[in-house]
Amino acid sequence: MEALDIPALAHEADAVPPRGWSAAASEARAGLLFVAPYLIVFGVLLVYPLLSGIWLSLHKADLFGGARFIGVENYARLFRDDIFRQAVWNTCTFVVLTVPALTVAGLVLALALNRASRWSAILRGLFFSSSVLSVTIVTLVWRMVLIPDGGLIANLLALAHLPPVPFLSDTRFALPAVALTTVWWCIGLPMMLFLAALQQVPKDLYEAAALDNAGWWRTLWRITLPSIRRTALVVVVIEVILQFQLFGQAQIMTLGGPNNASLPIVLFIYQIGFQRWDIGYAAAASEILFCIILVAAMAQFFASRGREGT
Amino acid sequence: MGGVSLRGICKRFGDALVLDNVSLEIGAGEFVVVLGPSGCGKSTLLRVIAGLETIDAGEIEIGGERIDHLPPGKRGVAMVFQSYALYPHMTVRENMAFGLDNIGVSRTETARRISDAARMLEMEQLLDRRPAALSGGQRQRVAIGRAIVKEPRLFMFDEPLSNLDAALRVRTRQEIASLHRRIGTAMIFVTHDQTEAMTLADRIVVMNQRRIEQVGTPLEIYRNPATAFVASFVGAPAMNMLPVTAVPGGGAFQRVALADGAMVDTAVPAASRKGALQLGLRPEAVRLCAAGAGDMDATVAFVEFLGDKTHVFLSLAGGDRIVAVAGATAPVREGETVGVRFDGGDAHLFDADGRNLRIMA
Repeated sequence: MEALDIPALAHEADAVPPRGWSAAASEARAGLLFVAPYLIVFGVLLVYPLLSGIWLSLHKADLFGGARFIGVENYARLFRDDIFRQAVWNTCTFVVLTVPALTVAGLVLALALNRASRWSAILRGLFFSSSVLSVTIVTLVWRMVLIPDGGLIANLLALAHLPPVPFLSDTRFALPAVALTTVWWCIGLPMMLFLAALQQVPKDLYEAAALDNAGWWRTLWRITLPSIRRTALVVVVIEVILQFQLFGQAQIMTLGGPNNASLPIVLFIYQIGFQRWDIGYAAAASEILFCIILVAAMAQFFASRGREGT
Repeated sequence: MGGVSLRGICKRFGDALVLDNVSLEIGAGEFVVVLGPSGCGKSTLLRVIAGLETIDAGEIEIGGERIDHLPPGKRGVAMVFQSYALYPHMTVRENMAFGLDNIGVSRTETARRISDAARMLEMEQLLDRRPAALSGGQRQRVAIGRAIVKEPRLFMFDEPLSNLDAALRVRTRQEIASLHRRIGTAMIFVTHDQTEAMTLADRIVVMNQRRIEQVGTPLEIYRNPATAFVASFVGAPAMNMLPVTAVPGGGAFQRVALADGAMVDTAVPAASRKGALQLGLRPEAVRLCAAGAGDMDATVAFVEFLGDKTHVFLSLAGGDRIVAVAGATAPVREGETVGVRFDGGDAHLFDADGRNLRIMA
């Protein structure tokens, strides 16, 4: 050890008392005190309900009555339940319809509005304004657009002498209609996230690309998109998590119908738990939803990390 | 490989004029350094040549071909940015290949050029790394390499050494000089550092307040500054500037009187000069001697020992401050009175507009 041969250093090392177990424990206690407020909130509002929900899902429980431990019977019932399977399928379809649309449309809007003009600022505000509306307002507006009896689209079709389309009462169109409403409602957040990311890309990268004779399209593919890929991942993960939790739009616009064609998992959970009072069964469905969201979000994360590593 | 010709370039940002009728001829293979203080328009000049800014008036030609209407990628120029502007998600090899891919250079040719440039810049082992895994000096080399592989008609450097530490700056400066000798392409190098300008340039273009003040070789700029601004901007320590009045009695050359009445005989041809003049004396033209033995006496205000020489800051009787360069072991102490002798043969006289009368004569 070369350093120990230096007298000054050796002397300095002697002067420092050895750190005992009690000193380390005291430091750990102090650290714990700093994180305690958050840990308490995290524990009470997130960890406890999660564990409590898992425990509840192992019981035959009534909203107003006692509970009886039945092991994994609720989960077995769910896998046999056609309506639940339909709800899972609907939810996954809804996520596939909305997440890519939100990501691409958010990016396109951000690219179009990423400039310092007055009109861009006005349009940015306009596109983001839909995000601040409540789900009730949004769905009411879109019902007025979609309903076949005097709705906006029906009136436009009538001008072209075409029959109205019952978007919300046709099994083929109900879920896409809810998806369209959701994209309109939620487009503000991805747009803003992409705008923030685009404004972080150093201007001189674009200047270097211009000197490298890169056209608009090539600059977009080779410079812009790789520079904002982390934001794209964040947008996709956030939207996957949000859209798997579809509830309000389906509840207000279609009540999950017709014939469960637009029934999402959360609405299924709501109906089982708060209309049929079977909260053990609803808790089991909630845990399945939790696992689906976790797997989808982590898959995105790891897939992206794998690509970056190459 | 032709030269570069700028004629009457004007550039405005809104109401602000940033380039005012700038004209400049750069020979083929010439290394020109644009030197000036912050905000003088030197970086804008580079950017209008590169096509990153449009011009409001004037013409730009490279090799006899007018290029000011062309987009940046079609001008045949390459630029090394102050921040290097390397693409962070690409490897060094991809950074260098990007521009060549865009103009349809074949893969074999691209590989050859990258290999040649990497060998020239001694960065072959860096080709598969990304910029984040490189030091500042290595990034600088990659930025230069990316410019070299394009085989441009004109290289441009926008303060490329300002992010490097002092030792690396000296080394990179030498490498850029050596690179220029090897490839022989015209280069424009923008800096506010006069050492970089003096050591690298075939010719220096000194800019001030949106205009070119003087164009000349480093020695010309140093020895015969056209204006008071150039005289005080180039050289460290800066040229001493003292207010003087022209007095008769110097024969064919101009004699001037300092504020305290001391006379200095210059080598500037005499003429009917009126109004305020400024006497410009390089610190090495101010000699120290024993008190009472020189043109005047002065008090030593401050001494800087630099090892190889000493900067002696002096207060004159009239209140003016000047600096002299003395030997490494100058026997002076702060507060001491010393004699000062001016080497009038090296003196410059500037008129009220700041023009050097020695050059105008």
